[in-house]
Amino acid sequence: MESYLTPGFADRIFERSKLPPTPKTNVPGTLTPHGFLPELFDSFLAQRHEPEWLIALRREAWATFHELPLPDVSLEEWRRTDIRALKLDKFGLPDSQENGATPPPALLAEGVKLSGRTVAVDSRQLVTDLDREVAIRGVLFGSLDALVLDYPELLQPYLFTEAVDFRADKFAALHAACWSGGALLYVPKGVVVENPLHILSGLTAGGVDYGHTLIVLEEGAEATVLQETASADEDALGLHCGAIEIFVGPRAKLRYVNLQNWGKGAWHFAHQKGIVQRDGELQWTIGALGSRLAKVNQHVSLVGPGGSAQVNGVMFTEGRQHLSYHTLQRHHAPRCKSDLLYKGALQDHSRLVWRGMIKVDPHAQKTDGYQRDDNLLLSEDARADSIPGLEIEADDVKCSHGATAGRVDDEQVFYARCRGLTRNEAVRTIVAGFFQQVFDRIAIESVRHALGEAIGRRIREYN
Amino acid sequence: MTDTLSISDLHVSVADKPILKGVSLTIHRGEIHALMGPNGSGKSTLGFAVLGHPGYEVTSGRIELNGRDVLAMEPHERARAGLFLAFQRPVAIPGVRMADFLRHAASNIRNPQRKEGEELIPMRQFRKELTEKMDQLKIDSEFARRYVNEGFSGGEMKRAEILQMAMLRPKFAILDETDSGLDVDAVRLASQSIAEIGAREMGILIITHHEQLLEHNPPDFAHVILGGKIVETGGPELAAELHKRGYDRIRAAHPEIVEDEAALTAH
Ligand SMILES: Nc1ncnc2c1ncn2[C@@H]1O[C@H](COP(=O)(O)OP(=O)(O)OP(=O)(O)O)[C@@H](O)[C@H]1O
Ligand SMILES: [Mg+2]
Repeated sequence: MESYLTPGFADRIFERSKLPPTPKTNVPGTLTPHGFLPELFDSFLAQRHEPEWLIALRREAWATFHELPLPDVSLEEWRRTDIRALKLDKFGLPDSQENGATPPPALLAEGVKLSGRTVAVDSRQLVTDLDREVAIRGVLFGSLDALVLDYPELLQPYLFTEAVDFRADKFAALHAACWSGGALLYVPKGVVVENPLHILSGLTAGGVDYGHTLIVLEEGAEATVLQETASADEDALGLHCGAIEIFVGPRAKLRYVNLQNWGKGAWHFAHQKGIVQRDGELQWTIGALGSRLAKVNQHVSLVGPGGSAQVNGVMFTEGRQHLSYHTLQRHHAPRCKSDLLYKGALQDHSRLVWRGMIKVDPHAQKTDGYQRDDNLLLSEDARADSIPGLEIEADDVKCSHGATAGRVDDEQVFYARCRGLTRNEAVRTIVAGFFQQVFDRIAIESVRHALGEAIGRRIREYN
Repeated sequence: MTDTLSISDLHVSVADKPILKGVSLTIHRGEIHALMGPNGSGKSTLGFAVLGHPGYEVTSGRIELNGRDVLAMEPHERARAGLFLAFQRPVAIPGVRMADFLRHAASNIRNPQRKEGEELIPMRQFRKELTEKMDQLKIDSEFARRYVNEGFSGGEMKRAEILQMAMLRPKFAILDETDSGLDVDAVRLASQSIAEIGAREMGILIITHHEQLLEHNPPDFAHVILGGKIVETGGPELAAELHKRGYDRIRAAHPEIVEDEAALTAH
C-alpha cells in the first residue's frame, strides 16, 4: 500500500487554515435540524454493522456537523453564494427503507460498452455489476457501503484522510457522518481496465443523496469512470451532500467524468479532491447542468514529481440556477502539470461563480500550471463571476490564468443566417462552438455527445 | 423566364444616418455586374441590406426576387431563396468546423423547407462534394476541419467565401471585395475560381476596387456608386477607365454629391 501521509499532511494544514472559527455557542434551530436528531443517527449506525474506526469517524463528523454553523455570506468562500433559502430540516438521514424507486435514465453510458456499473437511488445502492474478467484481476468495484465491510483495512487509509477533510464545513461534516450509497473503484497495481465503469446516482422527490465516491488506482493502473446524477422529478426538492476522493498512484492513469444533472429543485454540496502521485495522470471532466444551487470544491493535488492533472468543466445554467465552483490546483512536487479549462454558458437569470487558485510549494520547481474560465452570457440577466488566483512560492515555474465573459456576437449570428441558418440554429451553433475547445480535450465520444445534446436541448428559442 | 433580382430606389440608414439614397439595380441570372466606388460610398451597405442585416434599416424602396418581396424575408429565408453575400470581412465562429457549418448551411439551402433537427445531407455525399470543390479551388483539405474563419489569413478567408458560394450554388451572389487582401496570384486564382464554379449560371454583383478580379469574369455592366447613389452605369470599358483614372471625372460631374460626402465624413 502506498502512503500518502507525508505530502497530504501539508494539505490538511492548508485546509484547516481556511476553516471558519468554531462558534462558542450554538444557535438553536439552525444547528440541530429536525431530521438530524441524535437518536436517528444512532439507529442509522446500528443498521450498518461497520468497523469501529468507521463508526468513530462518523461520530466525530456528526459532532462536528452539529458544532459548525451553516456557512453564510460573511465568509469569503460563500460571499457570492447565499444559501439562506436552504431549510436543512426539510431533509434527514438516508432512509434505509426500500421505497421502490426506479433509477432515472443515464446519459453518459449510451452506446458505451461498460466493464461495470452501479446504480443508487436516494443514497441506496440498487444495482452493482462488474465483469468477471475484470473482477478476477483483483479490481473492486461496486457499493462502497458493502465493500468497506469486506475490505476495511484496504480502505481505511483512504476515507477522509488525505483527500477530503470533514472539518472543511458543515456539509463536509454531515456527509462524513452519514455517507451512504457510495461507490468504490479499486484497481490493483498494473491492472488496466479497458472499458469504462459507470456510476449513476438518482434522487426521488424530496430525497437525499449522501453518495461518496472513492477511486483508488495503484501504481501503473488505468481506468475510465463515468459518473452521473439525475432526478426522477425535475422540479422536486432534493439534497446532495457528497464527496469524491481520488487517488492516482505512480504512473497510473485515470479518466474521470462527473456529470451533475440533478433536477432544478436539488441543492448540491460537494467536496472533491484528486491526489496524483509521481508521473500519474488524472483527467477530470465535470459537467454541470442541474441543481438549484451548487457549491463545489474541486481540488487536485500533485504530490509526486511529473504528475499531471487536466481539469475540464462544462456548465450550462438557466432559470435561477446558481452554481459555484472553487478550484484548487495544488503543486507539492516538482515538474508537475495542471491545466484547468472551465466553460460555462448561462441563460435567463442564472449565475456561475468560479474561484480558482493555483498554489505552488517552494520546492515544486518546473511547475506548469494553467487555469482558464470562459463564460458565454445568453441573456441580459445572467451573471458570471470569474476570480482566478495564483500563489507561487517556487521561482522556476510557468503559471498563468485567463478568464473571459462575453455575449453571443450579433455579427456571428448574421453571418450564419446569411448561410441559411435560422436565428436559433445560429445561436445553437455558436454555443456549440464555444464548448468545442473543451470538448476537444474530452476523448470520450459518448460524453461529448451527451453533453452536447443536453446543452442543445436547453438552449431556448431566441427570436 | 430568367431569374431576376431587382432593387429599386433603395434607401438605407445605419443608426438613423442615411447611407444609401435611392439605389436602383436590376440583375438577371447569367449577368455579371461590377460595382465600383470610393471608400465609404455604400457598397457594403448595399450587400448587407440585400441579405437583411438587422443594423441596416431600409427606409424606402424595394428589393424583389422574381417578384417576391425580399424585404419581408428573414436573412435565412433570403439565403434559402438563393441570395448569397461573400463578406468583405468574414466573421469567425470559433469552435465550429468549416465542414460542419457548410453541411448545415447546404442542407438548409438545398432544402429550404428543412426544419431544425431534421436530416442533414448524408455525411459521405457531403464530404465527397466538399473534397471535389476544395480540389477545384486548390484549397488544402485540412481546411475543412478548421474553425470557420478563425485564424484564417486574409487570403484564406476570401477563398473560403468562394468555397461556400460554390457549395451553396446561389441564384444571385454579391462578392464584396473578394479580391482585397489577396496577393497577385491569389487574385488570379480567385478570378478563375469564380468563373469555374459557374459565375455565368448565377447573377453576380462584384464589388471591387481593382480590375484583376474581373479578368476571368468580364462584366456585362459596370456601375459607379458615389455618396449612396449609383451615378453612372456602363459596360466593361467603364470599369477599365475607373481603374486607370480614378473617380475624378465622376466626382467633377456630381459636385452636389461630393458636397454631401464631405458633410458626411465631417460628422
Ligand atoms: N455598421 C455601421 N455603423 C456605422 N456606420 C456604418 C456602418 N456601416 C456602414 N457605415 C457607414 O456607412 C458608410 C458606407 O459604408 P460602407 O461600408 O457601405 O462603404 P463601402 O463603400 O463598402 O466602403 P469600402 O470601400 O471602404 O469598403 C460609411 O460612412 C460607413 O462609415
Ligand atoms: Mg465595403
